[in-house]
Amino acid sequence: MGRITLSQVKKDFGEVSVIQKLSLTIEDGEFIVFVGPSGCGKSTLLRLIAGLEDITEGQIEIDGRNATELPPAKRGLAMVFQSYALYPHMSVRKNIAFPLRMAGVEKSQQDRLVEEAARMLNLTDYLDRRPRQLSGGQRQRVAIGRAIVRKPAAFLFDEPLSNLDAALRVGMRLEISELHKRLETTMIYVTHDQVEAMTMADRIVVLNDGRIEQVGTPLELYRKPGNLFVAGFVGSPKINLLSGAESRKHGAATIGIRSEHISISTEGGDWPGSIGVSEHLGSDTFFHVACEGGDAPITVRADGEVDLKYGDKVFLTPDTAQIHKFDSRGLRID
Amino acid sequence: MATQHSRAAARLMISPAVILLLCWMLVPLGMTLYFSFLRYNLLMPGTESWNGWTNYYYFLTDPSFTDAIINTLLLVGGVLAITVVGGVLFALLLDQPMWGQGLIRVLVIAPFFVMPTVSALVWKNMFMNPVNGIFAHLANALGVAPLDFFARIPLASIIWIVSWQWLPFATLILLTSLQSLDQEQLEAAEMDGANWLRRFRFVMIPHLARPVTVVILIQTIFLLSIFAEILVTTNGGPGTATTNLTYLIYVQSLLQFDVGAGSAGGVIAIILANIVAIFLMRMIGKNLDA
Repeated sequence: MGRITLSQVKKDFGEVSVIQKLSLTIEDGEFIVFVGPSGCGKSTLLRLIAGLEDITEGQIEIDGRNATELPPAKRGLAMVFQSYALYPHMSVRKNIAFPLRMAGVEKSQQDRLVEEAARMLNLTDYLDRRPRQLSGGQRQRVAIGRAIVRKPAAFLFDEPLSNLDAALRVGMRLEISELHKRLETTMIYVTHDQVEAMTMADRIVVLNDGRIEQVGTPLELYRKPGNLFVAGFVGSPKINLLSGAESRKHGAATIGIRSEHISISTEGGDWPGSIGVSEHLGSDTFFHVACEGGDAPITVRADGEVDLKYGDKVFLTPDTAQIHKFDSRGLRID
Repeated sequence: MATQHSRAAARLMISPAVILLLCWMLVPLGMTLYFSFLRYNLLMPGTESWNGWTNYYYFLTDPSFTDAIINTLLLVGGVLAITVVGGVLFALLLDQPMWGQGLIRVLVIAPFFVMPTVSALVWKNMFMNPVNGIFAHLANALGVAPLDFFARIPLASIIWIVSWQWLPFATLILLTSLQSLDQEQLEAAEMDGANWLRRFRFVMIPHLARPVTVVILIQTIFLLSIFAEILVTTNGGPGTATTNLTYLIYVQSLLQFDVGAGSAGGVIAIILANIVAIFLMRMIGKNLDA
């Protein structure tokens, strides 16, 4: 149904190469997330798949059919935009019905499909309102509704939650995941927020500078980051990266250790230091510890009950089995 | 207390401007109203006498009054139609990325800066003149008899000249509006399977509805009082073929020296303009609400 294959896809804007020779296969029914810092080319990649941008080189296949030259409307994909891109002069009903109307679907059939989509998205009470009379979350749902009615081969989401406030974002995140489970349609989701990527994705594609850094399930990326960039990008709080004497001890140029793999004690341990800022989340507390001889503070997760104050002397002990080692080019050493 | 003081001070401060503006409007308006009820002929100074509604009666029953109303409506309607349709097309064209965009935009806007008398004279003498005009030369080159524009199609010629002057205004407003259209909306419509014509019909036209009403409102106000273009080209003729209400008032008061009838015409013109304004405001109000 919705298998999408990119082979050797390249995109240049004039002299600037935005996507560099990239190959990727997205399986049918998969929820795949493109994640990366701003300017990494993730939105461009999505627009290439949608057909809103022409690719410079390479080939895109959708459902085993070469779609490289197909116009956007013929690709059978639906897109949800960051700004929602609802038609302001049309009611919610007409907005959702628009793709059907363009496809020449019969009026009674249109009404039935719109009602069905509206029920699925809890929009039934708002069908006759204009977009500007709706809240951000409702507009988002209308945009999704407009995508659903077409029964596309795949959904494309371009940072759909970045205009919503934090509380709403968590709710919409669940709704989209729920929708994916129900529809079992391929979804491609672009975000710069690694929390969204981790929580929603079947597989994550980490992009940087127009290149794929790593593809894998959220936990694969978290547990076995393939290089320094992925290690630094995935996970919150950020992984602690150490170089110099400490890393040479492990035979690597840089080592990384996550905050939960370091234990903190007041009696004794490997790395002496003093407590800096502490962030209390209730269940957990993150301490930023300035270690002797180290330049950047190390983030350590401790239980919410641990009571340490600014300036307290502590000792840190890393769990050596959980240390990630990287060579001088930033690649993982196993 | 402080706010009451400052409010009083504010009123005092703006009063000179308000009083000046009021005098500027009310004095001429009052004088026009007063004259319209007088028997006031410039050839017989000092013999002004109260005349009642006679001036109104003669102005309204004058056969050229009906002609003038029809001509005014044709002129306003014709120019609006040409500038709105042409403005949309020009705006779409100028919105395309092209070489020398800045210069072309300046050139397109240029006619708006030409004085009405000058542009009318240029059109009359350099383009539409049946002997020396460019159109006459073109016609001769093609072996067709040149058209005497101001004799055969006088009103259409004036509509064309005025449209040429106002097209840049409409283009400019519609262009800025097109540029403010959210590109993602167009892309969404493209994904939804709408071709260019349908994107134009379902996304761009609704987006342009508001600026188009603004263009119509502003242009109507100015087009109701077109005068210079008629004066320098046809002098309202042949016959009354290009006499609009403004020009008729001029004819009454300054060519026939009947200030009383001219003033009555002026008052009628004010009333008609206000009726048009009320309709337009209601139309725009609706459009701005939506």
